[in-house]
Amino acid sequence: MRRRQGLLMLCALVVCTAAGVAPPSAAPRRELRVCADPNNLPFSSERREGLENLVMARIARDLGADLTYFWWPQRRGFVRNTLNAGLCDVVPGVPAQYDPVLTTRPYYRSSYVAVSRRADGLHVTTFDDPALSRLRIGVQLIGDNGVNTPPAHALARRHIINNVRGFPVYGDYRRASPAAGIVEAVARGDIDVAFVWGPLAGYFAPRQSLPLDVRMLSVRDDPPGLSLDFDIAMGVRKGNAALRDELDEALLRLRPQIGRILDDFAVPRVEPSTAGR
Amino acid sequence: MCALSGRWSVVLREWLRCTFVLLALPWCLDSGAEAQSLGRQDILTLQDDDAQWVMPAKNYASTRYSRLADITAANVASLRLAWTFDTGVRRGQEAAPLVVGHTMYVVTPFPNILYALDLAKPGAPLKWKYEPRPDPAAQGVACCDVVNRGAAYAGGRIFYATLDAHVVAVDAESGREVWKTKMGEIGQGESMTMAPLVVRDRVLVGNAGGDFGVRGWIAGLDTRDGHIAWRAYNTGPDKDVLIGSRFRPFYAQDRGRDLGVTSWPPDAWRTGGGTVWGWLSYDPELDLVYHGTANPGPWNAEQRPGDNKWTAGMFARDPRTGEAVWFYQWSPHDIHDWDGINELVLLDLPINGQTRKVLIRPERNGYVYVLDRATGEVLSATPYVHNTTTTGVDLKTGRLQYRADKVLEVGRVTREMCPAAPGAKDWQPSSYSPRTGLLYIPHQNLCMDAEPSDVGYIAGTPFQGLTARMYPGPGGHRGELTAWDPIRAKKAWSIKESFPVWSATLTTAGDVVFYGTMDGWLKAVYARTGQPLWQFKLDSGVVGQPVTYRGPDGRQYVAVVAGVGGWAGMIVTNQLDARDASAGKGLANAMRDLPSHTKPGGTLYVFALEAPR
Repeated sequence: MRRRQGLLMLCALVVCTAAGVAPPSAAPRRELRVCADPNNLPFSSERREGLENLVMARIARDLGADLTYFWWPQRRGFVRNTLNAGLCDVVPGVPAQYDPVLTTRPYYRSSYVAVSRRADGLHVTTFDDPALSRLRIGVQLIGDNGVNTPPAHALARRHIINNVRGFPVYGDYRRASPAAGIVEAVARGDIDVAFVWGPLAGYFAPRQSLPLDVRMLSVRDDPPGLSLDFDIAMGVRKGNAALRDELDEALLRLRPQIGRILDDFAVPRVEPSTAGR
Repeated sequence: MCALSGRWSVVLREWLRCTFVLLALPWCLDSGAEAQSLGRQDILTLQDDDAQWVMPAKNYASTRYSRLADITAANVASLRLAWTFDTGVRRGQEAAPLVVGHTMYVVTPFPNILYALDLAKPGAPLKWKYEPRPDPAAQGVACCDVVNRGAAYAGGRIFYATLDAHVVAVDAESGREVWKTKMGEIGQGESMTMAPLVVRDRVLVGNAGGDFGVRGWIAGLDTRDGHIAWRAYNTGPDKDVLIGSRFRPFYAQDRGRDLGVTSWPPDAWRTGGGTVWGWLSYDPELDLVYHGTANPGPWNAEQRPGDNKWTAGMFARDPRTGEAVWFYQWSPHDIHDWDGINELVLLDLPINGQTRKVLIRPERNGYVYVLDRATGEVLSATPYVHNTTTTGVDLKTGRLQYRADKVLEVGRVTREMCPAAPGAKDWQPSSYSPRTGLLYIPHQNLCMDAEPSDVGYIAGTPFQGLTARMYPGPGGHRGELTAWDPIRAKKAWSIKESFPVWSATLTTAGDVVFYGTMDGWLKAVYARTGQPLWQFKLDSGVVGQPVTYRGPDGRQYVAVVAGVGGWAGMIVTNQLDARDASAGKGLANAMRDLPSHTKPGGTLYVFALEAPR
């Protein structure tokens, strides 16, 4: 039915153009300019197949706006080179406490999770699991000196070091889905358990050749104060409270629809520890 | 006192060379013949010709000293702008212009354009430009602005590295690309910013990108066709590091099998950093090339217990084969982001009554080192800045002594770490005058607090941030030019500057030291006392390398490219948010007033004495 409608519209358009008459236009459509990484599934891709692409498409539809993208690798300097350079108005996925931008209400909260081969029956849910001393462990690692992903810190504090292998969060940008390496290493048997940011694990685990187990950790922070969970929101330029407020309302209105997108991407979610702003 | 004193053979060789040049002069007047004869000339000859400037450090010893003495402390006050050239690129200009024959070569930051300017014509018009068109994605990989530190000339060709990790050879006469070699993967975080050094038929280059978890290397390419003759990694097994039978490190901790593996947790060396984005020097008599290695990476220090060899140190290697001959580690198990890539100045100095072949290193960790460059023995290591993070260098073991309470750690506040992450000085190279016996060190005076901060987010992965907030050290100034006596191991004089002195220094036989400031002054001071002699305000801050040469008209010129940027200047070129204390890896906080003092630029300025009337 919808397809037929589309065909009809297309025909109408062809006729109009052929007749040399401009199609009747309503008020000019509003543009919603988004900055995203062209090669960073499950979050975003140039083919607009990432979860953030789908969420933005849904919001744009709700606001009656056309989506346009400015693509830039999500690395150090991303906000500076994109949002703050005025090349777009929204960055769809940032932590809710992300200082360089003005953030909306969070639209999901996820956690670092443990990924292992289902056949191994490991069931690791804490960093104090005695098995961790003998397993080969993978962590995502950050380039900046002194900081790292929370599981990397949690393991180091327990002097679990020699059996830990780091996978740069940037991955290998030459390939599609640069961040998949750490999950693939579990499937390949290079490592036994990987502590991975939830959305990455949820998306890549079912795409491997053998069944993987994605397990929520039983701890929420380690040590107290250093969280393993993060609220994810959208970012707009500081000072652009009008757009922020508009996005806030849309995120609230579209909660069920966004929830379904997150389900489709198997994003492991935890309840917000505090109510959204 | 003088690096050349007592070396009569050198003097004799010099004299013979001068005689030859004089005899050859009539044939050199034809410019086509000039290029050809230069093409055959040995770098050893060219580096001693003060009319030219064929490599960023002037010579293999990296002294950045010219014997030109038309411009002197007495007349520098009448230095005037002669001509300018706009490169059209408004990013950090860290490269030194080169002068070969009657042509000046300038390489820009990304997109790494090479310009050739005709010095024989009024106003030095453009002869040609070469555009390598590096992959724009490389800009996302570069850590600290998109700089380039310069090109090198040899055998009729200009060699330089592009940000997207390629090395190019360009015909110096025509601007035609002779070869281009891909050296690394920007997709994996590798970029290149350093200036190559050419030794005989090898172009020596290294990578950058320690912040992205890359593995550092240095490589020797064949000057003729660009093929990679050797590549030595600075982490991993001995065979990768090119450690073999010739390797004789001075200190016991550097001896043993595969230390590039065993001084790390398993596999951590694969992402261990130790890149080579700084300076190389070469001793033709020992036939050794010297290069530093950057900090270990990328994860936090508590996850990589061990000395993390061969990072934050330096190698002496055979330039032909890359074989390692000795190694010394400035900062074993570095915890402060102290890349060990600064300049290495090769001098022959009287130490304890005998002339020693030494290597002087003003290190990022805050010490001026004097090393025996044949063996790697540390003869002295003396602090040249306020220092709270270490207590000294043990001369028996060669080891830097860290203070345990001044360690970066997530979840903990650490205050007053001096020097800060950019170190006592960064890449900006010193110069040395054999007339004064002083090393002119451009450096910063910055301290740092580190504390847990808001979340960070890279490639979609959130993490707890660590804010490194930098601020001026004691005295309140952020930069300084220090004249250092390497024999007495003490400061002779110094000049305080409001901003970090992020430019190179240049010293001449006229006893003038030239340097630039980030707020846009090119300054000349008296080499013996530091007395200010002359200054000129440029359109942008200086983070580049001043050079001097004799033009085809016989006059002495001084040239520098102005254009603020680099790590310290990012706040201007990248328009960082000064309200964000952690921007620019924490350095922007200390530079928050820079944008009100200067703006981005990219203009070459050339000065000469006022023409006699």
